[in-house]
Amino acid sequence: MKRTAKRRSATLPVSPGAPHRILAGGVAVALLLAVAACGDDGGGGGGASVPGVTDTEVVVGTHMPLTGPASAGYSKIAPATKAYFDLVNTNGGVHGRKITYKIMDDGYNPANTQQVVRQLVLQDKVFAILNGLGTGTHTGVLDFLASNRVPDLFVASGSRSWDQPKKYPGTFGFNPDYTVEGKILATYIQKNFASQKVCFLGQDDDFGRDSLLGVEKVLGPTGVVAKEKYVTSNANVGPQIGAFKAAACQVVVLATVPPFTALSIGTAARLGFRPQWVVSNVGADYTTLSGLLGENKALLEGMLAVGYLPSQFEPDDPWTALFKKVNDQYNGGAPFDGNIIYGMSVGYLFVQALQAAGKDLTREGIIEAVEKGGFRGPGRAPLRYSADDHSGYGGQRMTKVTGTTQEFFGPAYETDEADGPVQEYADQPPAPPANGIPAS
Amino acid sequence: MRYTVVRHLALTLAAAAVLLALTYGLEPFRNYQLATAAAYLCATAGLTVLTGLSGQLSLGHGALMATGAYPVALAQNEFRDRDISGGWVLPVSLAIGVATALVAGLVVGLAAARLRGPYLAGVTLAVAVIVPALTTAFDSVFNGDQGLSVYIEPPPLSLGATFPYERWQAWIALTGALLTMFLLTNLVRSRYGRHFRAVRDDEVAARLAGINVARTQVLAFVVSAACAGLGGGLLAVLAQSVSPGAFSLTLSLFLVMAVVIGGLGRLAGAVWGALLLVLLPQASHSLTEALSLSPSAAQRLDGNLPLAIFGTTLVVVMLLAPGGIQGLLARLAGRFRPRPVTAPDHREVGTS
Repeated sequence: MKRTAKRRSATLPVSPGAPHRILAGGVAVALLLAVAACGDDGGGGGGASVPGVTDTEVVVGTHMPLTGPASAGYSKIAPATKAYFDLVNTNGGVHGRKITYKIMDDGYNPANTQQVVRQLVLQDKVFAILNGLGTGTHTGVLDFLASNRVPDLFVASGSRSWDQPKKYPGTFGFNPDYTVEGKILATYIQKNFASQKVCFLGQDDDFGRDSLLGVEKVLGPTGVVAKEKYVTSNANVGPQIGAFKAAACQVVVLATVPPFTALSIGTAARLGFRPQWVVSNVGADYTTLSGLLGENKALLEGMLAVGYLPSQFEPDDPWTALFKKVNDQYNGGAPFDGNIIYGMSVGYLFVQALQAAGKDLTREGIIEAVEKGGFRGPGRAPLRYSADDHSGYGGQRMTKVTGTTQEFFGPAYETDEADGPVQEYADQPPAPPANGIPAS
Repeated sequence: MRYTVVRHLALTLAAAAVLLALTYGLEPFRNYQLATAAAYLCATAGLTVLTGLSGQLSLGHGALMATGAYPVALAQNEFRDRDISGGWVLPVSLAIGVATALVAGLVVGLAAARLRGPYLAGVTLAVAVIVPALTTAFDSVFNGDQGLSVYIEPPPLSLGATFPYERWQAWIALTGALLTMFLLTNLVRSRYGRHFRAVRDDEVAARLAGINVARTQVLAFVVSAACAGLGGGLLAVLAQSVSPGAFSLTLSLFLVMAVVIGGLGRLAGAVWGALLLVLLPQASHSLTEALSLSPSAAQRLDGNLPLAIFGTTLVVVMLLAPGGIQGLLARLAGRFRPRPVTAPDHREVGTS
């Protein structure tokens, strides 16, 4: 045995080459990367002290689910924001700077988010991350963004994690947080479906957990009869919906992304289970849902949800009209839905923040400007940014699907994420500026 | 034999010196990519040993990386919660990750050694599907799809207050990768390496030569899983998070494609494979950006183009250069070099 082995290695000159090849490989790696690194200098800030900012340009980036389990609907948000920036850019930009918006696809996969956000910050040297989408995805990059002092503005999610000014001084939310939303939904349920059995289906991350927390703050720990959760990597909610049916639920609260809202409603219909659906704002856009359900869109009839931005079903609303016009002009007339209104509202707020930050744009400057607050825009709920409040919109208004529209009804409500009361919010949004661009 | 070890050690140290210099020359993002490639290299090198040398196919190496990554996350966070810190903490966490992957590899390997061809592929495929599902089944520990964040201490202050974090990450990952390559090159050159090849080429002949085929196959699986575990642990350290999405079935398939394209059966091929895994998605993104397509077309391409490019590359490589990139390079190099009279058989691809 030993002899054979020795003879083999003596006669076969195969192996001695291997290490050299490895070394050669290593050197090749080195050269390749070095070359790659050299070819990359052009994109930076041109020696300016603030990353991503020159006299004529400000570069911001985002991570979005353009593909994957949450892409239906959400993939339209960033292009809409970009379209709004195009409007601003053709009108001269903000303080003479055009806004460049780099959109990266993370497929709603936290691991990809890590990669693309690093690329945006370290390689593309963006000034800020704007409207990064997703609770689970964005949570993973908070530390990275904080340690690189990158402004992390208007996160597209309602997790309470964005509101930690001490730990993450540069992070600000945009959506009403899910606890606020849960409290408002539960208050409506308490008033209108008093003696009915309430159940809850939530995404298995901070989105679902925060929402349930809000619902239970109002209905009490025993107010929710059955609680289930789902993961986006498993497109089967049969067991959860089956459990609701078995528990004879009458009202089901959904803290779900649009594909899973559609999936839940469709699955329930197949099981012959027709509860009253009460859905989180992020999973309730009628246009998106009816697209997903196709010919079964009649199942959405009567679905209750909440909203805080103008509705595509109110074409006379001046904000809706403005965004529709921008959509036709700069977004290739993409099917106009809540995601587009959302994307443009984010763009509007970011331009307001840029205006407020002044001509000498710095990362600290824009954070200060947002903390100063006082932004009024398309929203029907208050924006309460301050030095110690980094959460997004502070309220919602109920909506209901009737026929093929989804319209607001009743007053707007505001509340906090703690034990504060759910109160009516009477302020109406101001009319948009004539050219659609906020004044400085 | 001892001479070989010394030479491998010298080569490893030389490579380490080159890479160290490189980390000083690279921008932070390139260092991060280098670190990611180094982490992938651990896994691709292990897979090369398994598939290229011992002839067993694994479609579950992405999942084995997860079995290394989650223990690292849990250990690091546990150390932090108990206020235990120090330079030894991270190596210990990584060792725990490697040990866990090793045990997982042993279990899968025991089953794998009894199976051949499509059945082996089936079992490893099941591993690739089951492991991510476990993270949602036990979400109180693994936190479902959102995953866990991994606490990593900042670089030691002795390196200076402004020492780039990405360079530190590159050092950690490269140390792991060089260690893996050093151990594997020696393993490949050792008696066990010869056993692997003998079993791959002809099980009956190997058995007649007195080699315990099953034990050899299990050993190859365990070694390979340990390498994948280290790679997964390093990825967790780099991303400062672990989530099932990072170790999906796609990753497992990408790993197989990467080692095939890189050059199956040669450890150097694993280097190319690891580089491809890092550079290809980014290259395809730059491509879609450069093409200035309509938003909807760009959107559709963005997530899918890397897959298409990877697939096409695989087909082209298989048709034109079955030995992969490294085989192609060796052939090109051979053209400029006088051929040895014995005409050694360089084609070590396990096609049998």
